[in-house]
Amino acid sequence: MSRPGFVLDVDRSTPPILFHHGEGFRLEKLPAGSRVVYPAEPISPLADPGGAIRHALLNPVGDSQPLPSLLRPGMKLTIAMDNQAVPLPPMQRPDNRQRVLEIVLDMAAAAGVDDVHLIVAHGLHRRQTEAELRHMVGDRIYDAFAPHGLLTQHDAEDHDNLLLVGKTAEGEHVELNKRAVTSDLLIYVNVNLVAMDGGHKSTMTGLTSYRGLKHHHNVTGMQRSRSFMDPPSSELHNSVWRQGQVLADAVKIFQIETTVNTDTFPSPFAFLQKREWEWSARDRASYLATAKSLEHVPPRIARSIFHGIKSPQKMTSVQAGEVEAVHRLTLENVHRQHLVPVQGQADVLTMGLPYVGPYNVNSILNPLLVMCLGLGYFFNLYRGKPLVRKGGVVIMSHPTRWEFHPVHHPSYIDFFEQVLAETTDPLEIEKKFEEDFATDPWYIHLYRNSYAYHGVHAFYMWYWGAHALQHVGQVIIVGGEPRAVRRMGFKPASTLRDALEMAEDVVGRNPSITHIHNPPIFLADVT
Amino acid sequence: MSRLLGPRFPVGKPNWPSSIPRPAVRRRTGVDYETDWARTHAARVARAMIVDDVLRPVLAVIASPTTHGEDRLVGLEGPAIFVANHHSHMDTSLLLTALPERFRHKAVVAAAADYFFTTRAKGAVSALAIGAIPMERTKVGRRSADLAAELLDDGWNLIMFPEGGRSPDGWGRAFRGGAAYLALRCGRPIVPLYIEGTGRLWRRGRTLPKIAGKGEGVHLVFGSPMSPGPGEDARRLSARVEQAVAALADEWSTDWWSARRRAAAGTTPVLTGPSAGAWRRSWALDANAASRSSRRAWP
Repeated sequence: MSRPGFVLDVDRSTPPILFHHGEGFRLEKLPAGSRVVYPAEPISPLADPGGAIRHALLNPVGDSQPLPSLLRPGMKLTIAMDNQAVPLPPMQRPDNRQRVLEIVLDMAAAAGVDDVHLIVAHGLHRRQTEAELRHMVGDRIYDAFAPHGLLTQHDAEDHDNLLLVGKTAEGEHVELNKRAVTSDLLIYVNVNLVAMDGGHKSTMTGLTSYRGLKHHHNVTGMQRSRSFMDPPSSELHNSVWRQGQVLADAVKIFQIETTVNTDTFPSPFAFLQKREWEWSARDRASYLATAKSLEHVPPRIARSIFHGIKSPQKMTSVQAGEVEAVHRLTLENVHRQHLVPVQGQADVLTMGLPYVGPYNVNSILNPLLVMCLGLGYFFNLYRGKPLVRKGGVVIMSHPTRWEFHPVHHPSYIDFFEQVLAETTDPLEIEKKFEEDFATDPWYIHLYRNSYAYHGVHAFYMWYWGAHALQHVGQVIIVGGEPRAVRRMGFKPASTLRDALEMAEDVVGRNPSITHIHNPPIFLADVT
Repeated sequence: MSRLLGPRFPVGKPNWPSSIPRPAVRRRTGVDYETDWARTHAARVARAMIVDDVLRPVLAVIASPTTHGEDRLVGLEGPAIFVANHHSHMDTSLLLTALPERFRHKAVVAAAADYFFTTRAKGAVSALAIGAIPMERTKVGRRSADLAAELLDDGWNLIMFPEGGRSPDGWGRAFRGGAAYLALRCGRPIVPLYIEGTGRLWRRGRTLPKIAGKGEGVHLVFGSPMSPGPGEDARRLSARVEQAVAALADEWSTDWWSARRRAAAGTTPVLTGPSAGAWRRSWALDANAASRSSRRAWP
């Protein structure tokens, strides 16, 4: 039985609290009176995931027939799936997608469906390597489909293979992968890591183009999404839902959504998600050995060690059928794992940022991604109101090196060097620079043929933090490289104590402090 | 006969009068060989060393084994019956070294009582090195089935080759029902496995194995665990297991999706090969192998 999340009131007896710090850790003594939000322990996984998947496919929710009755010989079937951005870190084999796909394909084989095409719905993310695809779908599916060109990755710049399905009442374009929308049945398989994922967002971000995305991936939309982890209060999701309904009228969609628990790190790193006062002698020894050895290891090596970690998270639910009905159940299951009630906001919010976010699997968490992870994701892990008050301070802990992966994030380099040198105001950035980056032929070439994120993706990272930038008074990064931190308009600090002193200049003396304990992730229900 | 050939009584043994019933002599070979000692802690440690430190490196050198589909065993706990096609003496070692650790060190192998246990020395080596237990294959006997069931109930995994012996011609043989019977009796799942290539290196009749050349390594494909369906009897379950192994063979020689489609349509190629004359069977075997190797079927 897993214990629920809770809020710890720090007193003098509280041990130092673990902060993630990129490819390392820090133990920080928080001032007495601070609060620490501890996530719930991992909930029990499904005892028989295969049986649960079959049950879900045979007993769909909403207005949908069981999957086998939707399959017939001679039909055109497309199965789209989430990309490697979820779950984080990548889960140990077999991935949820592999489990679901094998059973779906078994049913398709039994129904005699020949024309089957698998598409990785990565939107404007980078293409995945063969190893990454194999990890997601398993060797059996990869070997059966990829050599015949039947396992492909969505290309948002292949205009011959995009189709404008229609427009919403608000004039939003619904443009998607042609193969997917001209199929007799589109099956979507997702891994719903956080409450933001899934539902219509799966198809409307994964299989669309820049033209479809810009209606919701924009500064105004993000500033009105409070938060985007709470779909009913998210302008992003409202727009996506409108587009999704247009698609649902045009194509028969069978959505299969899965959730995972928060068992994030395997045994050598299991101490990361334990409550500090429960660390055994072995945990302490592991922490010391890991933290000390990482101090002497070059970042490149440390990164490769961490990116080699495959998380032991397990499937906790699976539901299938009509998109919206499925997603309602999925959100309940995500909340069952993630929700932690928190009362009141704080003057200062502290967080330790890890080495990985959704956009740097097997890559570098560059300064832009640090901003996106801290102010985009962690800040938005709330329902109701933010954990920090308006005008408060966010303190993040991360090395924030001026370092980019030249293959994966080429446009980020130029964004950081050119755009942020001029302004950090998201609205101005959007107005002045977005179009040029989005239509730059070199970025488009790299996105289509190399392993690069799309030219406009760097902008979305900045927009992701737009709500936080508007809300907070100051952002401080502890242990960050000063010039990289300053380029983003934030303040560098060497220690947490320094950062807290600097924060007092903004929020006054003796501020209230809330710390987000990570890993694992959670969703604060702030009242 | 002995009186004619050997030394005569009193130097030799006396004749036994035919009117006097002979006292039952306790046989200590064949199916009656006692293997309990081979499951003591000390023997298990020795066997773990033999499997991990001797068999595995030797196999790596001569057979370059590759395993596929281990992920299908994720979530499978506790004793199971591992069932594979059988081409070579190498199969047992291959299976033992390839099984995930949680099964490997608590596994027994059903071995032919009339082959591996004909003498006490052979029996001892088999029981120690591979955890063999004697299995009657020439007649129906309760003793070997009882022993296997008892071990399964006791938490031991069982490795069986239901074809009842190594393939005589490279094609498989129909599965016997023993594994299915045990699965039903003990309520344990059967894991089907397909072994490819061991016959090429060490077929029946060959004294020593060949060393695998480049691209000639052997392969082991794990299948998904199978449990008896409601009301299913041993005969049906056994047929289903045989089909599952055939589907794995098909998956190996083509790809997973094609194999699933053929399995669904009931057109999976059978393991036993075409029912035709010997040369045509042999010919078909070569044609089958050609799909995965560059070996030419005809000069």
